[in-house]
Amino acid sequence: MGRYVARRLIQFIPVILGTLFLLHMLSTLTIQIVGDPVRALFGPNAPPQAIIEELQARYNLDDPCLEQTGNPCVGLFVDRIGQYASGDFGVNFRGRSVMEMFLERFPVTARLTVIALAFEIVVGITAGVLAGLKKDKLIDNLVRFTTVVLIAFPVFVFGSLALLLVGLKIGLPLRNSDWAPEWLGQMLNVGYDPDYPWLSLVLPGIVLGAFSLAAIARLTRTSLIENLRSDYVRTARAKGLGARDIVGVHTLRNSLIPVITYIGIDIGFLLGGSLVTEGIFNIPGVGQLVFLAIQANDAPVIIGVVTILTVVFLVSNLVVDILYAALDPRIRYD
Amino acid sequence: MTDILSNGHHRAIRTPLDALAFDEDAPLLEVRDLQVEFHTRDGLAHAVNGVSFVLEAGETLGILGESGCGKSVTAQAIMGILDTPPAKIAGGEVRYRGVDLLSLDESVRRHVRANRIAMIFQDALSALNPVFTVGWQLGEPARKHSGASRADARRRAVELLDMVGIPAAKERVSDYPHQFSGGMRQRVMIAMALALEPDVIIADEPTTALDVTVQAQVMDLLAGLQKELQLGLVLITHDMGVVADVADKICVMYAGGAVEQANVYDIYEKPAHPYTKALLESIPRIDQKGQDLTVIKGLPPVLTDRPPGCSFNPRCQYARGNCAHDEPPLYDVPGGRKSACHYWEEVLGS
Repeated sequence: MGRYVARRLIQFIPVILGTLFLLHMLSTLTIQIVGDPVRALFGPNAPPQAIIEELQARYNLDDPCLEQTGNPCVGLFVDRIGQYASGDFGVNFRGRSVMEMFLERFPVTARLTVIALAFEIVVGITAGVLAGLKKDKLIDNLVRFTTVVLIAFPVFVFGSLALLLVGLKIGLPLRNSDWAPEWLGQMLNVGYDPDYPWLSLVLPGIVLGAFSLAAIARLTRTSLIENLRSDYVRTARAKGLGARDIVGVHTLRNSLIPVITYIGIDIGFLLGGSLVTEGIFNIPGVGQLVFLAIQANDAPVIIGVVTILTVVFLVSNLVVDILYAALDPRIRYD
Repeated sequence: MTDILSNGHHRAIRTPLDALAFDEDAPLLEVRDLQVEFHTRDGLAHAVNGVSFVLEAGETLGILGESGCGKSVTAQAIMGILDTPPAKIAGGEVRYRGVDLLSLDESVRRHVRANRIAMIFQDALSALNPVFTVGWQLGEPARKHSGASRADARRRAVELLDMVGIPAAKERVSDYPHQFSGGMRQRVMIAMALALEPDVIIADEPTTALDVTVQAQVMDLLAGLQKELQLGLVLITHDMGVVADVADKICVMYAGGAVEQANVYDIYEKPAHPYTKALLESIPRIDQKGQDLTVIKGLPPVLTDRPPGCSFNPRCQYARGNCAHDEPPLYDVPGGRKSACHYWEEVLGS
């Protein structure tokens, strides 16, 4: 296991460098083809040359390679990696550190991720296991029907419905009443409330996790049914084990391997923030930060945040890969 | 060997087995008129149709037959691990020391498995759980049935691996199934069946997935352990050579029914059923090199659409008019044998 982790970590270096280089190439090519973002900042007005040069210097845009289309600007990339390593992901056009802006919003997105994940894992796996154990019975049909509906509905429809029906119709009277406990009203809030950093994210978290919940339930169900038919489960029965050991120990662990893979990819996506859910519930998370930066044409913020998110995604995938090996010994020895 | 047997049947922990009235004078395992049906889309399939046999301690019974004849279903019905549905045990008795296992509640019956009757499966790679170490899986019966601690279970696992001849058992106990070779893996399977010192072992094609040299080693091991521990062994196979070597008596199955039962010498010397005879004739022989192999013409019947009368009659060279509508009973043949053929005397004499 230790050797596997070490090898994975070493493999991680080229992966992250390669990904960052691709990102660098994309942004460089954009500047080379579309033109200097500093000039674009001023629109039709032509500012004095001195100001432009000063800004270009501040944003590392004064390198002559940026005028040669197709030049990979390796020197610039090396500088960038050095800055990234020291936690410097650039500044926005108003001079604020991108990292600072990110860190301000990331906890909100992280909390949202935790809620969505907890919801989709607990409910998704439970529903999947129940459906798998009672294949073709009522509970299975119920789970299959619900998951199809959840997968078929676009998140903005589901989110808006949740906002209107739950947040307004049910939540609002609760928040205004004297009898309902405060936490219940906050759990069903229409938007983010900084005074209730966890509770007010419960409803958006459920909306955000709904799609993955359906996918996890489906994966768990199929995988469990398949494994229940396997030879080693028959062996477990021949050993005279009780139903709890047969399902809980011998079947579940094998069945969860594909589910873990899915959850791993999902963590990466969720931590990147969700434009739609954060938009519907007006949550000041990472998704909103990217959205605002795109609206404001704030190139350094877009590049910086996307870079950070890439790193977050890669690291969470690395963690899942290691978890995966802990679950399945066959992975460790190839 | 005796110290390995130290946590034998008289362990301190009370199990539901203690409440059962096992009769030590009754046969070790007795199967009477076992009937297993499968409800399939094409109708009812009689996978096992009236199989009976008796097995005593220290005895090896070979159940012989081609694929799909119901041997494995018989084994799984005895173990009580058939998936019901689609399978259904439609009748018969499976008596262990006089107690009919089919009448027991599952919560009691599961303790019979592993404790008294254990099973060895065909393909050890798929029959062992890939995500747990071999030691963990070997120790599991001791932990779950006898309440052994993790450390004790591990010690027991090492003992078991030693017993089935796996070198460096202490180290290998923490390996995973995929790290063993095929033969070693089958030894692990055998060790697992022996974990709680059962009296009956049912081995379902234990050597089919192995290559020939390893087959012989594994069979030798199994036969040796059977003698040493005085086990009742039910050996299910389609390999006539394997049964000839180790079985004391043989039950030949065809299309879900037992067609002939006899001790191993008699059956190889003079078969009393046309199917057994045809099977023996189809063994390739070195002195017939270059000639066409003898085959049994035709195919076994589809179990949902069994021919009336004797199910072997469409393929039988002895078949007469009445074979197509009179189902033959198991006739008693001199020498304590049985044959389900109207014309067993003619077959025996030929």
